[in-house]
Amino acid sequence: MRVALFLTCVNDTLYPETGKAVVRLLTRLGVEVDFPMGQTCCGQAHYNTGYRHEAEPLARRFAEVFGEYEAVVTPSGSCGAMVRELYPRMGERARAEGRGDSLARTVAPVVPKTYELTEFLVDVLGVTDVGAWYPHTVTYHPTCHGLRGLALGDRPRRLLEAVAGLDLVELPGAEECCGFGGTFAVKNAAVSAAMGTDKVRSAESTGAEVLCAADNSCLMHIGGTMTRLRAGIRPVHIAEILASTEEDPAL
Amino acid sequence: MSGTFVGMPAFPEAARAAVDDATLRGNLRHATHTIRAKRAGAVAELADWAELREAGRRIKDHTLRHLDRYLEQLEASVTAAGGTVHWAADADEANRIVARLVEETGESEVVKVKSMATQEIGLNEALEAEGIRAYETDLAELIVQLGKDRPSHILVPAIHRNRGEIREIFAHEMAAWGRPAPENLTDTPADLAEAARLHLREKFLRARVGVSGANFMVAETGTLVVVESEGNGRMCLTLPETLISVVGIEKIVPTWRDLEVFLQTLPRSSTAERMNPYTSMWTGTTDEDGPRAFHLVLLDNGRTDALADQVGRQALRCIRCSACLNVCPVYERAGGHAYGSVYPGPIGAILSPQLRGTGSEIDASLPYASSLCGACYEVCPVAIDIPEVLVHLRERVVEGGPAVRGGNKVVLRPAKGHAAERAAMRAAAWAFGHPGALGTGQRLASRSRRLHPRTLPGPGRAWSHTRDLPTLPAEPFRDWWQRTRGGKDAK
Repeated sequence: MRVALFLTCVNDTLYPETGKAVVRLLTRLGVEVDFPMGQTCCGQAHYNTGYRHEAEPLARRFAEVFGEYEAVVTPSGSCGAMVRELYPRMGERARAEGRGDSLARTVAPVVPKTYELTEFLVDVLGVTDVGAWYPHTVTYHPTCHGLRGLALGDRPRRLLEAVAGLDLVELPGAEECCGFGGTFAVKNAAVSAAMGTDKVRSAESTGAEVLCAADNSCLMHIGGTMTRLRAGIRPVHIAEILASTEEDPAL
Repeated sequence: MSGTFVGMPAFPEAARAAVDDATLRGNLRHATHTIRAKRAGAVAELADWAELREAGRRIKDHTLRHLDRYLEQLEASVTAAGGTVHWAADADEANRIVARLVEETGESEVVKVKSMATQEIGLNEALEAEGIRAYETDLAELIVQLGKDRPSHILVPAIHRNRGEIREIFAHEMAAWGRPAPENLTDTPADLAEAARLHLREKFLRARVGVSGANFMVAETGTLVVVESEGNGRMCLTLPETLISVVGIEKIVPTWRDLEVFLQTLPRSSTAERMNPYTSMWTGTTDEDGPRAFHLVLLDNGRTDALADQVGRQALRCIRCSACLNVCPVYERAGGHAYGSVYPGPIGAILSPQLRGTGSEIDASLPYASSLCGACYEVCPVAIDIPEVLVHLRERVVEGGPAVRGGNKVVLRPAKGHAAERAAMRAAAWAFGHPGALGTGQRLASRSRRLHPRTLPGPGRAWSHTRDLPTLPAEPFRDWWQRTRGGKDAK
């Protein structure tokens, strides 16, 4: 099976290790991974801040770049939700504004074949034990768009539970937002920081070494709060845990 | 603190003050987490919750689509039952109508059962200006009124107060409004409730005019419905000789049977009760039973403008259960006052800018008072997609566009203060449209990473004030991919 990796602009620029982990993991599972160089950004930051019209060309670009692949895999719950949930809505809005079916028709083919990483592993490949080894105590934060936008459910948890050596501990108030929210973190900095602090304190209370999530944007906010609070816990993307093996262990 | 919300600062500024108030945050956290857990339990008891939610959404949408027809039917039913219907286009008109109706009775005081519509229009202040005193009789409203405070929650307007604070307010303020608080008042809930009961009983027995809102109005019968927990509503609705109900036009349901859905979803969503303790229904007037005169003031005040908005109109489905407030992490930290309206929390963040427009600083900032986490949509018993409407209103703020204000079609200009952001968004959209330029930018950023400051200038300062920035990698992923042919060559 040949799939395209949609890494997202945040991961491409700031977290290339997550992309390398996805490539290692999927290759190990027998999937041929391609990285189309024409990819840039899904347009979520534009859309969510109120710049829907600016997001439209980005949605078109996404559909053109990824249209030829069997499946598109992304290690981001929020960018996955953008494509699956909001691209069709953008198409409908354009139609309602009398601008025709063009956007709706362009994005339609990529919407159903775009998967968040854990969804792709469990639903498409049908695996929960990916042969990973990660000897650490881990707590899992289900990010809002993964939890409520994509309804990932217990897929990430099942994947983590199958990792050899991994001790999974419950995160109190797991379903509460960490306070990132894209431009919210800047526009409402005081509330965002208070939410982030509470999330970090909850994570610390578990005694885990690692807080894991399926979205680096949330982890950037949580991790930045962790170092500032000198918390004894660090953020790690789930792809890096699932890619980790005894021969090639992640930190 | 004044009793009105006029001249509020923008949400982020008001919220910052609340975040720094440890007592307030403690009160809110305790209250919202308690009710959140109870609500989840009460909802989980019903096997058909999803169907009820969908039925509520459908009934409300159908009613809103045919609002003109149902309102006319309601007017006919109320009139036939002996009531009088008044139409109020805005707050001023509604206040004038109520003040005139009270003056015609010759009375100078009224008792009130909690009504959000009258708070929305500032009725108490308007009556005060005409020499009429309005007494709030809902326990939490009484606390707010005595404390010269503002409501901060839809269902529990005094949620921001703890027992100790309430004891202080009762002990110091009750005497000026009527029966003083008992000597040696403690802060136990039973003691505080007894003090309120004694204070209010005097008012109920004396009052000749009552003012109410309504949770629902039934078009086919002209029946109004109030659901409540304390019995104060029943007192206000049955003892006075004249009853004036001020109700938003969106509160209508077509038939008696439609109530079945909402009388299940509303109490479970709001107070986590299977059924609310008091459900009062009244249809016009009846000889020798209840008020001899009944007036219904139907309030628009921006509602038909909201109705004209295809995305935003779903906010009018709201049945004021407050589940979205109790589950919202932003409300929990910012408190209800930061929203600058009688409607706080997620629903307030979409309702206020529609009812009032996005012209003021506070109203233009409300669509951003959310991290879009979606918890509000998940709990809403009438499935209002609050995140969708927030984003839609953000678009209205930053890009302007067509809207209806005061019944007229207008083209709104973008709100001030977004020019730099708009330029940045457009620049980013251009870069994302040109992968080559994006790659060059990423490469430059990575190569100069040792020169990057630890704190950011401009709007980014808000980030680096409380969080460390991520350090840029030595090489963006796309360069690694090209250099190693997807990891096939070396590392």
